[in-house]
Amino acid sequence: MSVIASAPANPAHPWIAADHASYGQVTAVIADPVLLRPAGWRWWVALAASSVFVFATVVAICVLFTEGIGVWGVNSTVVWGYAIASYVWWIAIGSGGTLISAMLLITRQRWRASVNRFAETMTIFAVSISGLFPILHLGRPQYFYWLAPYPNTMLLWPQWRSALVWDFWAIVSYLLFSILFFYIGLLPDLATMRDRATSVPGQVIYGALALGWRGSAHHWRCYETFQITLAALAVPLVVSVHSIVGLDFAASLMPGWQETIFPPYFVVGALFSGFASVAILTALVRWGLRLEAVITIHHFNAMAKILLLASIVMTCSYATEWFMAWYAAAAADRSLLAFLFTGSYAPLYWMQLSFNCLLPQALWFPRVRRSVPCVVLIAIGINIGMWLERILIIWNTLSHGYAVSLWRLFYPTLWDWTLLFGPVGLFVFFFLCFVRLVPAVPMNELRKLCREEHVA
Amino acid sequence: MTKPLVAEFSDADSLIGAAVRLKREGHQLLDAFTPFHLPELDGVLAVKPSRIRLSMLLGGLAMAAFAYFLQWYSSVIDYPLNVGGRPLNSWPVFLLVPFEVGMLAAALSGFAAFLWICRLPRLHHPVFDTTDFARATQDRFFLLAAQTAEADRDASLRDALRQAGALAVREQGS
Repeated sequence: MSVIASAPANPAHPWIAADHASYGQVTAVIADPVLLRPAGWRWWVALAASSVFVFATVVAICVLFTEGIGVWGVNSTVVWGYAIASYVWWIAIGSGGTLISAMLLITRQRWRASVNRFAETMTIFAVSISGLFPILHLGRPQYFYWLAPYPNTMLLWPQWRSALVWDFWAIVSYLLFSILFFYIGLLPDLATMRDRATSVPGQVIYGALALGWRGSAHHWRCYETFQITLAALAVPLVVSVHSIVGLDFAASLMPGWQETIFPPYFVVGALFSGFASVAILTALVRWGLRLEAVITIHHFNAMAKILLLASIVMTCSYATEWFMAWYAAAAADRSLLAFLFTGSYAPLYWMQLSFNCLLPQALWFPRVRRSVPCVVLIAIGINIGMWLERILIIWNTLSHGYAVSLWRLFYPTLWDWTLLFGPVGLFVFFFLCFVRLVPAVPMNELRKLCREEHVA
Repeated sequence: MTKPLVAEFSDADSLIGAAVRLKREGHQLLDAFTPFHLPELDGVLAVKPSRIRLSMLLGGLAMAAFAYFLQWYSSVIDYPLNVGGRPLNSWPVFLLVPFEVGMLAAALSGFAAFLWICRLPRLHHPVFDTTDFARATQDRFFLLAAQTAEADRDASLRDALRQAGALAVREQGS
């Protein structure tokens, strides 16, 4: 049981649900589940269930690599399919994590302390998974390293004007940057873990990773400067990464893709689905690690407000697309617009609009924002809606291009579905390991929060 | 040589109060070890602003310039390839890769500068041998003050620390 009894939310200190929380107590609440408490049968069941998905993913990738991309539903008209939609979806979730953590740090939002660690972790896992898909969808994945400029006997260079090369650099830079950002945030907590660990391996491993951190005032000053500067860089970096993802589409000549709104529209989509994913993870971590004392209903309220805003901006982006397709008066664009609302994929399109535009409007009501199940359900709806958005951007345009004789639909196969759901289990698997190895909430920031909220 | 004194406090405000008082009385404060950042201490302990940002700027710009040069060299000099009549030096799209890798290089040079300025990694430091010091990363606040060779002055330093609310005053490493 947690040391701090969770008390009802107090308006005087909304972010800590306890009337008194000493530094030692908040530290113990976060560190003990990792160091002392056994995992429990729920954790093992979840791990076993996610392992099944991990296995399915591995099998699907082996089948894909031995048989080729013909095992998927892609055809000569709809040349992109689930892999690209999942790529965009996963990297958007990743981008959302960094945006949340960095933006809230720069704007000095104190409540960030409770959610930023797993938002950053989510980023690392989601970006790693998203990086798989561009490689999987290559016809000859064994040559993916040709994307890198290295001295080679073929005397060839990468084609720098290709969107695939931009993706490569964006993903690699972003992934390494996120790992560093995560590690820097973790450094003082690793020192805490080193000092609390009771086993020798724990002391050695956490100690080595903590680099000898001792909380010196000189170090803290450098640390804060570095962390806030990294956050200031992370925001434009994330915007550029997701803009590049938008450019993958916008730099083409296809109706419905060649739009200048695509980069910012993709960035808003990333913020939207990223925040939705953080809301789901927050609820799970709060329940699983019994962190009701430090993750309060106010956190859900704050996240729900951002979801509502993002939903409105998303709706405006959709409306801009429709307006521009009509206003530009190009036959192909107008025909595609009609196909969106009335064509073969129209039921899915209506579903996307209800999940992304309509459903989040419930968050106007304070009672909905303050209910964890409601926020989680809406967040799940948003994530489904955002995946539909990505697959429909691909399907609608490719199925309904300029040449009428080429119009065809996409029919997903078993392996499409396996590679859609398998990586979700892979993510869960990574995340379950994370909560058992690393403090899920930054303890140093939480102690600071306790001082600022006058509960310590 | 005399070892510095380590005073242990149970809360941040006592530590800050002690630091201000000691400074006013002319004692030499060396450092403080706290479980989270206390910006109030920066002025008292004369913590200087660091040069981390400068190194990040330089590292980022250097890497971005190199990435642009690589693209320009490979597509204009070493392997000119006419793609649909686009200029060989397609500078608008050649800005994307330098931006991405420049940001990464800025982060990495900042990390290197951070480690250099903080003299980390240093897995062991004499202060770690002080009793109870493991709580500096958890819930206790430590102040490090220099002792002089004069016995009177050291006694007044110890008194001042105790009066300011120190739970314990120890020599570093004991």
